[in-house]
Amino acid sequence: VCFIPGGLDCSISFVSHVLGKVCVHGRQKEILSVLVPRLTDLTKSDCIWQRICWRLVECVPDRWMEAVVLGFVQRAPRADVLSRLLGNLVVKNKKAQFVVTQKMLLLQYGHTTAVLQNLLGYLALDSLRRALLIKVLKELLETWGSSSAVKHSPPEQQQYISKAILICLSHLKEPEIESCRQELLASMMEGVKCHLDSNLPQIRHLGMIVAESISSKINTDGPVLKFQYEEDDEARELKSLLVQTPPFCVVPSPPDDDRNDKADAALPGVLESNKKSHPAAPVKPEEESDAELDSDDDLIPYDMSEDKELKTKAPVYIRDCIEVLTGSEDVDKWEATVKALESLVRKNPAATREVSVELAKIVLHLEEKTCIEGFVELRQRAQVAILTTDPIPVAKYLTSQFYSLNYSLRQRVDILDVLVLAAQELSYPKSHGKTKHSDAQKPCIQLLPSRDSSKDWRRIVDERIKSKTRRFATGQSQVERASGPNEFNSVAGHFFFPLIQHFDRPLTTFDLLGEDHFVLGRLVHTLAILMYLAVNTVAVTAMGKALLEFVWALRFHTDSYVRQGLLSCISSVLLSVPAERLLEDVTEELLETQSWLGDVVEKDPDGDCKRLALQNLLLMENLKKKLKTVPS
Amino acid sequence: MALPPPDPQFVLRGTSAAVHTLHFSCGSQEPAVPVLFSGSENGFIHVWNLKTHRVDTALDGHGRKSVYCVETMGGKDQLLSQGRDQRICLWDLAEGRTAVTDSVCTENVGFCRCSLLKVAQGRWLMAVAAKALEEVQVLELPSKTSVCTLKPEVGAKLGMPMCLKLWQPNCGSQPLLLAGYEDGSVVLWNLSMGKALSQLVCHQEPVMSLDFDSEKTKGISGSSEKVLSIWSLNEQQNLQVYKTHKLVNAGISDITIRPDKKILATAGWDHRIRIFGWKNLKPLAVLDYHTATVHAVSFSDHKIPSERLLAAGSKDHRISIWSIYT
Repeated sequence: VCFIPGGLDCSISFVSHVLGKVCVHGRQKEILSVLVPRLTDLTKSDCIWQRICWRLVECVPDRWMEAVVLGFVQRAPRADVLSRLLGNLVVKNKKAQFVVTQKMLLLQYGHTTAVLQNLLGYLALDSLRRALLIKVLKELLETWGSSSAVKHSPPEQQQYISKAILICLSHLKEPEIESCRQELLASMMEGVKCHLDSNLPQIRHLGMIVAESISSKINTDGPVLKFQYEEDDEARELKSLLVQTPPFCVVPSPPDDDRNDKADAALPGVLESNKKSHPAAPVKPEEESDAELDSDDDLIPYDMSEDKELKTKAPVYIRDCIEVLTGSEDVDKWEATVKALESLVRKNPAATREVSVELAKIVLHLEEKTCIEGFVELRQRAQVAILTTDPIPVAKYLTSQFYSLNYSLRQRVDILDVLVLAAQELSYPKSHGKTKHSDAQKPCIQLLPSRDSSKDWRRIVDERIKSKTRRFATGQSQVERASGPNEFNSVAGHFFFPLIQHFDRPLTTFDLLGEDHFVLGRLVHTLAILMYLAVNTVAVTAMGKALLEFVWALRFHTDSYVRQGLLSCISSVLLSVPAERLLEDVTEELLETQSWLGDVVEKDPDGDCKRLALQNLLLMENLKKKLKTVPS
Repeated sequence: MALPPPDPQFVLRGTSAAVHTLHFSCGSQEPAVPVLFSGSENGFIHVWNLKTHRVDTALDGHGRKSVYCVETMGGKDQLLSQGRDQRICLWDLAEGRTAVTDSVCTENVGFCRCSLLKVAQGRWLMAVAAKALEEVQVLELPSKTSVCTLKPEVGAKLGMPMCLKLWQPNCGSQPLLLAGYEDGSVVLWNLSMGKALSQLVCHQEPVMSLDFDSEKTKGISGSSEKVLSIWSLNEQQNLQVYKTHKLVNAGISDITIRPDKKILATAGWDHRIRIFGWKNLKPLAVLDYHTATVHAVSFSDHKIPSERLLAAGSKDHRISIWSIYT
């Protein structure tokens, strides 16, 4: 269509109607992929064409406006192009405004970052629209800061909102920030609190990054908020959104011909730092001597300043260790003792059994006196060694301390980790007295002092399910491993039942069902793993029954980490308790759980929970099928 | 500004037991592979291929008792090993064989390493601690005939011989023996007469190891204390103390002087290997790699100087190989 109106009045409302109708029928892609580039070119330099374009979109009837606007926003290559095409549509048309400021930002979250950039850039480009930008930012922050939104909306949506906030921030200018500084600060504080309260690390990261960005925008000269978190790809991507280098930012209304030249300007100038030439590393020659000459006065000595007296040795007796750890002021000796403790405990099981509870107490309360590398790991390994050497009394002690007053969260979580690691060690068959169990076929449960055990756990359940189904195909191809009695059998109950007993009894400093839901989440995951490891023990049915009741009591918990843990518990029960026992002794609980699982699959907001519930249902189906095929 | 000490060129792992002795055999021409022999506490002698850094063969000849000395007799096909099973075994390793061709029963329960000296083509002298407490026996190999037995005087109270070194002033002349004893003295013996020529008290504690430079007639001994003692032999065949050197930490298990007589290495109980210049005992480097006592150090006999290596075997089951001052 290439006609130049030249002063004629023409009505293009019919074109708008056609456009609208086509878009609403879902043919946005086809028509806009032709229309938008053409219009982009035409409106680049021609004012009249811009006006025509604006008229075009303005005349689209309201009922089709959403489809058209959505299509334009998605198709436009850049924010300024969108600005040329739509003009001040969002200000003039209520429906368009709703779509752009509410629907696309708050109600939908599937759009790409580029689309977000376009949209918000478009709002930022015109002084009339900037008011909308501020309004949008405030609404986004309100959503970001609302604790119920953080708890109930999926992580993908939260990420989308965070991105939108960051892009808005990048567009804001000084005077605007000034005017809403207080509000920004207030929402930031609110938002940070509920983000950090979450159990999912991704949500925490998002909260931290957005809070940091807001703080840096508000306090440009003062001290800014700084969090400590891992710089991963997502963090970097989010931070890059803060930096906007628009080649055109200020000029208001009538589209300027000069601006269009800048439109073809280069991409945002994040200049790649020129590859620095490798700092000329002084090639360290191993031989510094002139061996050619005869005299050895020319042999140049190396630096021998490290040659000092050898430090004190670690004690060789367990009781000496106790003495050093409780009283000694000699820091060197203390360090040496901490490093040597685990191996000493393992080499002297009899001596350790005499003082096991005392030693466990000391190590549980051990604080870092000097800066030893890997202190946390050393302490944990020592505790595991003590627990595996003398399981029953030490387990009794540790589980009772878990529910006692005046322990820090870190200590309580430590107790849980140690119980799991020791259970893992006890339940694996020992090969040649070595405690390293690397079994190629069984999945290894890696428990690190980090908080991501939920992810590993999912993987393990998946693998276990897969391995179960694969087993019928392969024959006996591995060498038989040396078998021994299952040491976990006699102590599984001691590990498990005390932990499950008091969860609903709040103490003054420790309330599992209240604020300390993080520890509750860890407790639930721990119980799931203990259940899994209790396969082939005598107590497994009783444990399974108790665990299912526990799950039933907590099934409506609001924290998604806890719910994931509960679903893992169900998986463990299904995998560990023999099928016949499940059907005979645990039937009611199973049926109740099955109905709850169906609920979770349909209604739970968290994607991971849904997946786990589905897997559990599949496991139950497999069980039923297996029992049917067994000839009775 | 002195450079920090170098790292090992490579580390040989796989002995799974403390390493007590090392011996290189790298002098042969291509395509023969340079090898390192190591004796471990579990009774195995490992033959390490220095090109692949892996064990080529493991020899089991001492009934799982610790092997504390290995020596080659002219090339890597003939090996001599001494173990705590009171035996000295002679091996034939040519063409891939791993056979013990002969053995000598020493009936000695000590830890004194034997000393070998080639006196003629196919004829060797070996000094070894004998059955009686203070005696040293010298045998001729391969005939296993006894050349002499060296008994200290009654009342000398030298204790056990701890380390031995046979040497000849120049080719063809009478061989002499230097022995370090438990009481800290070093004695020079004349083999033909079976008499002690000179005795020198170098240390307050037992002499753990010694080495001797026959060209300069100067020797060095290390003990369980903090002092290294350098002594020399004058024209009257008398030993005199030349110099002492104080170390930071006590305990030396092995000393060896490089064949080109430029540097020497000591293996310490403090897990460190120390390098000194031989001329003036100038400290040159402290190599800190091992995590347990270093039991043995040995220099290689590569023909090309730049390829020369130093090996150190330690109680932490590892053998570190260094290329230093080549």
